[in-house]
Amino acid sequence: MLKDITIGQYYPTGSFIHELDPRTKILITFAYIVGLFIVSNFAAYGLVAIFVLGCILVSKIPLKYMLKGLKPLRVIIIITFVINIFMTAGTIIYSLGPLSITMEGLYQGTFMALRLMFLVVGTSLLTLTTSPIALTDGIENLLNPLKPIGIPAHELAMMMTIALRFIPTLLEETDKIMKAQMARGADFESGNIINRAKSLVPLLVPLFISAFRRADELAMAMEARCYRGGDNRTRMKQLKMEKKDFTSMLTVGVLLAILIYIRISF
Amino acid sequence: MLKMIEVDKVTYDYSNNEQEVIALNDITLEVKQGEFVVIIGHNGSGKSTLAKHLNALLLPTEGDVSVKGLNTKDEDKIWEIRQIAGMVFQNPDNQIVATIVEEDIAFGPENLGIKPSEIIERVSDSLKTVDMEEFRHKAPHLLSGGQKQRIAIAGVIAMRPNCIIFDEPTAMLDPSGRKEVIKTIKKLNKEEQITIIHITHFMEEAVDADRVIVMEAGDIVLEGAPREVFSQVERLKELGLDVPQVTELAHQLIQEGIDLPHDILTVDEMVMNLCQLK
Repeated sequence: MLKDITIGQYYPTGSFIHELDPRTKILITFAYIVGLFIVSNFAAYGLVAIFVLGCILVSKIPLKYMLKGLKPLRVIIIITFVINIFMTAGTIIYSLGPLSITMEGLYQGTFMALRLMFLVVGTSLLTLTTSPIALTDGIENLLNPLKPIGIPAHELAMMMTIALRFIPTLLEETDKIMKAQMARGADFESGNIINRAKSLVPLLVPLFISAFRRADELAMAMEARCYRGGDNRTRMKQLKMEKKDFTSMLTVGVLLAILIYIRISF
Repeated sequence: MLKMIEVDKVTYDYSNNEQEVIALNDITLEVKQGEFVVIIGHNGSGKSTLAKHLNALLLPTEGDVSVKGLNTKDEDKIWEIRQIAGMVFQNPDNQIVATIVEEDIAFGPENLGIKPSEIIERVSDSLKTVDMEEFRHKAPHLLSGGQKQRIAIAGVIAMRPNCIIFDEPTAMLDPSGRKEVIKTIKKLNKEEQITIIHITHFMEEAVDADRVIVMEAGDIVLEGAPREVFSQVERLKELGLDVPQVTELAHQLIQEGIDLPHDILTVDEMVMNLCQLK
């Protein structure tokens, strides 16, 4: 059951977006996030919507699959919407005791909910179209210039790689421990929240112990293979920016400029 | 022949306030280039501790270890030593670093600062040597234990070592995985002329070695060609070790008064000898 969790869900289709350099995609995603916060009216949202839909179409990832990513966040989106409806001052359209819905609140709530949804869909497009390794490589590469000011780019990337590498191993182990405890009468599924939390202790303790043992062995194996940090290290895969990367970035740059223009002028 | 590894009067003790533990007790050992040495002994005999001394993961409390003439106590040479003497560990899961097979094999050469085009070449060569070419782009966690262990071996060969130390590489594998790994190890020794130090507690794996070393409580208690060592069935049993099944059978037959040589190691030899009996 735990195996169903797919973290960093990569959805390979070999599309134009998949083929882009990871750095391009990371930068574009950043520009996109900035753009979302610049947006100030629904017309600008229309533009963003067209861009996101276009990207999804080009990426060949089914729209349904993309929207599934919103499901775990529906509670947060609804809460945001409701809080905004009630908490914004303005023209009252409906009163319910001390609470009142305002025109401005309705507007603000929809606005925020949309922003959250666009944020999730847009950023998940990054992880769906980029393999975890390409992503870490891209992050390491982008952070490299910040090394002199103390950003440990290589170490961060290495940590991410190892985390990704051990997620399936540890999930498998959790499953195994769980079954072993269940075979001895442990109950993980019934009872109230407190009881359930308590029943997790015999699961987490062995899991942590084993994770530390693994870490210890892995460190030794890495040392045996001459690992000594990022200095003087080469990489097998070299990242290369191509023409399509620059044109993509230019397109997004133009979009961002238009959003800024809309914000200033209207 | 050239000496690959020299262990000179090495003592290693990790005693603390509560108890005194001497894992290695005045051990002297030499391994020649191209040799296939098997070290056996049960848990706590010090065999893994010895293995970790051979590529400077541990440093001796007393005495010296040198690899191709380089002393492991020399901190400047430590990376050179680890490149010459690679190591494969017991748990295949805990020595694979990357999420894709080829990336993991590239890990060692990347650490050595080899240029990208050559790394790609080395990765292909290594995968070919361990017969895992079709798994190049797979995720390691989807492979079987034997396959993972072969990937770990490929990762070590990609660093072009002269010597590989195997620390119980088959202990966590099923019989078929064990067979794959042993086949690979033998191939490395025969075809790539890599010096092999293989630590195990499966006696059958020691039969084809050039030399067998038996360890007990931090000491080397028996040493010699597999035939010499395994013919001492009583002594090995005293140490709590098994002998290969066929040797055991021969031993029992001899005790029953059947005229057989003491040093039968394989089923084929047994058949040959039994057929010649009158």
